[in-house]
Amino acid sequence: MVATRSGRFEIDRRTLLRTGGLGAVSLAGVGLLAACSGGTAGGGSGGGGGSLTFGSNASDAVPKKAYAAFVSAFEKKSKDTVSTNVSDHNSFQDKITNYLQGSPDDAFTWFAGYRMQYIAKKGLVGDVSDVWSKIGSNYSDALKKASTGEDGKQYFVPNYNYPWGFFYRKSFWQSNGWEVPGTFDELVALCKKMKAKGIIPIEFTDKDLWPACGTFDYLNMRINGYQFHVDLCAHKESWNSSQVKEVFDTWKELLPYYDPSAAGLTWQEGAQKLGNKQAGMMLLGSFITQQFTDASVLNDIDFFPFPEVKVEGTDAVEAPIDGLMLSKKGAQNQAAKDMLQFMGTGAGQEAYYSVDKSNIMTAKDADTSGYSAFTKKLSGVIADAKSISQFFDRDALPAMASNVLEPAMLNFLKSGTVNLANIESQAKTLYSQQ
Amino acid sequence: MTVEAPISAARATRSPAPRRRLRSLTKRDRIVLGVMIGIPTLIQAVLVWIPLLASVALSFFKWDGLQLSGFVFQGLTNYNFVFNQAPAFWPAVLHNIVWLLFLGLIGTPLGLLLAVLLDSKIRGSRIYQTVFFMPVMLSLALIGIIWQLMYSQDNGLINNVLGTAGTPAAIDWFGDSSVNLWAALVAATWRHAGYIMVLYLAGLKGVDPSIKEAASLDGANGRQTFFRVVFPAMAATNVIIVVITVIESLRAFDIVYVINHGTNGLELLSVLVVQYLVGETQVIGIGSAFAVVLLVISLVPIVIYLSRTFRTKE
Repeated sequence: MVATRSGRFEIDRRTLLRTGGLGAVSLAGVGLLAACSGGTAGGGSGGGGGSLTFGSNASDAVPKKAYAAFVSAFEKKSKDTVSTNVSDHNSFQDKITNYLQGSPDDAFTWFAGYRMQYIAKKGLVGDVSDVWSKIGSNYSDALKKASTGEDGKQYFVPNYNYPWGFFYRKSFWQSNGWEVPGTFDELVALCKKMKAKGIIPIEFTDKDLWPACGTFDYLNMRINGYQFHVDLCAHKESWNSSQVKEVFDTWKELLPYYDPSAAGLTWQEGAQKLGNKQAGMMLLGSFITQQFTDASVLNDIDFFPFPEVKVEGTDAVEAPIDGLMLSKKGAQNQAAKDMLQFMGTGAGQEAYYSVDKSNIMTAKDADTSGYSAFTKKLSGVIADAKSISQFFDRDALPAMASNVLEPAMLNFLKSGTVNLANIESQAKTLYSQQ
Repeated sequence: MTVEAPISAARATRSPAPRRRLRSLTKRDRIVLGVMIGIPTLIQAVLVWIPLLASVALSFFKWDGLQLSGFVFQGLTNYNFVFNQAPAFWPAVLHNIVWLLFLGLIGTPLGLLLAVLLDSKIRGSRIYQTVFFMPVMLSLALIGIIWQLMYSQDNGLINNVLGTAGTPAAIDWFGDSSVNLWAALVAATWRHAGYIMVLYLAGLKGVDPSIKEAASLDGANGRQTFFRVVFPAMAATNVIIVVITVIESLRAFDIVYVINHGTNGLELLSVLVVQYLVGETQVIGIGSAFAVVLLVISLVPIVIYLSRTFRTKE
């Protein structure tokens, strides 16, 4: 999940060959590889005894074990057999369209948002609306919206998500008498106080370029509303507009309170500074807690949502969702559909959560009695949300995120200026190429 | 071509009548020749020419990379994006030029200096050669990682020696966009100089010592001997060195990619090609246009080199 990004430019055989006009050759190669990865029995009866293949991008140790636990719980319940093919997280992402055009597994791990809608629009994946007719009541409307393609059908079943927000050390704030800001003005006032004390008010880390998206997403949603944000991500709204200008103008007020060496820091280094009380707060996903290995620090970490700026209060929350999808072939396989349905139940998600506890379960009937007070707070923020955004690089065209907005934001961070006309002209060209 | 030459040369020595050479080829010879020329040509075509022409063609189209029916002719839209819209393009061109000048004016002369010093039979010459050549064995990606240990803001050697580590005055050599290009160039030079040194050492060994003696008999001092006599005598080596320097600066990629994926002051043309061609961020038409621009730039030194080589052969 940390790897929403990174390693995306990894060179793979597919792109090189295909760019050379040899798409057919590379596709045939993928077909051969997939053929070795175990057969698929189509059209299971639904009453067990079916089988399916499952392509997983969970290559890190903990998520890998967690998906294995989920799969074995499903096998036990359904009597179907599942053969899992784990791929490296980043290369799975980079190869997704080729993977789906070759001989994909029946079910595979993926993300909600534009990334899901794009492959759905291109007709590369299977419709799971009939699964949703059984599990729909187990999810909030926001989650259903996030699982729906542009054509109104569902293509995705959520497993977990994790919210973005400000993280801080409770004891540090208490001893200084600082209070959680509810509005943007209060946030700025608090920053001023912290700076006067010689502390970096807001830890900001932008070496990897993507963390800045979190602030942009929240400011845009708090100033222009969720719908505008989604439309902007899909480039139905112009970047060269007074609305986007207002986002950057507002953001500018925060710049003096950021870590001066932000451009060279990774989020892990930033989290360290937060843990050491060198910085007051940090806007990041809840995966930040992975960095605090010292239990006394971890228990001292608290969370507050991005403050209210102009509209909608704090109704919109940024909480990227990871889950499962079906390939076109998998949509013909009842066992694969059963597995997605199982993912939509508390029992399925609990099997996953029993191993990987850094996320929030999404099914309503999942047993949350094991949640710590902190996790409860995180899940409450998501549960109360009217709309859920996914993070800019999942909601928008990937090339737009990493090649256009992220460098522009880094430049903004350093110079305080942003060329919206240029961003708009690039967006126009890039989106017209899809 | 390269295969044919030694064969015909070999045959020429065997046959006293070179004019009859072609006719004396047996059927078997012709098949062998055909295979020996055909296979390299085929490899060339598949690995070089077809992708090259495909890239040029793709740069005028948009394509989602999915169906073959998805090609749409774009005219010069992709090139307009490259030259007028992509903010990283001109900085990348500038950085490539700086890279070339730095290697050409500092890295390469440094390698020459090392070679000359080590050629003059100082004690421990072999050890120095090994030390300076060591970085050449490492990939540039690895060199980027090694230099991170020197440049790191709080834990790096340089900031610790300067006594600035851990203070706000510590320079983040790879993170600060006003210095990171130079920091990367120093690291790249560390390797480049060793490479050049070895080539010049070989070149210097090839210079006939008698011309040096002749020069000193004529009363030339050390500097004159080197610049007026030895250096011009290494003309062949010099051409290779120039070409290598140009190639190294055009294909610079791995080191900046390791440092920060070629962003924030380290943009290079090769990085832009990769950014737009590989992975989820792929926009095939635009990536191909970047690749064609890099190709055209690379053609300049290649053409100069080849025309020189052929001229001297004639």
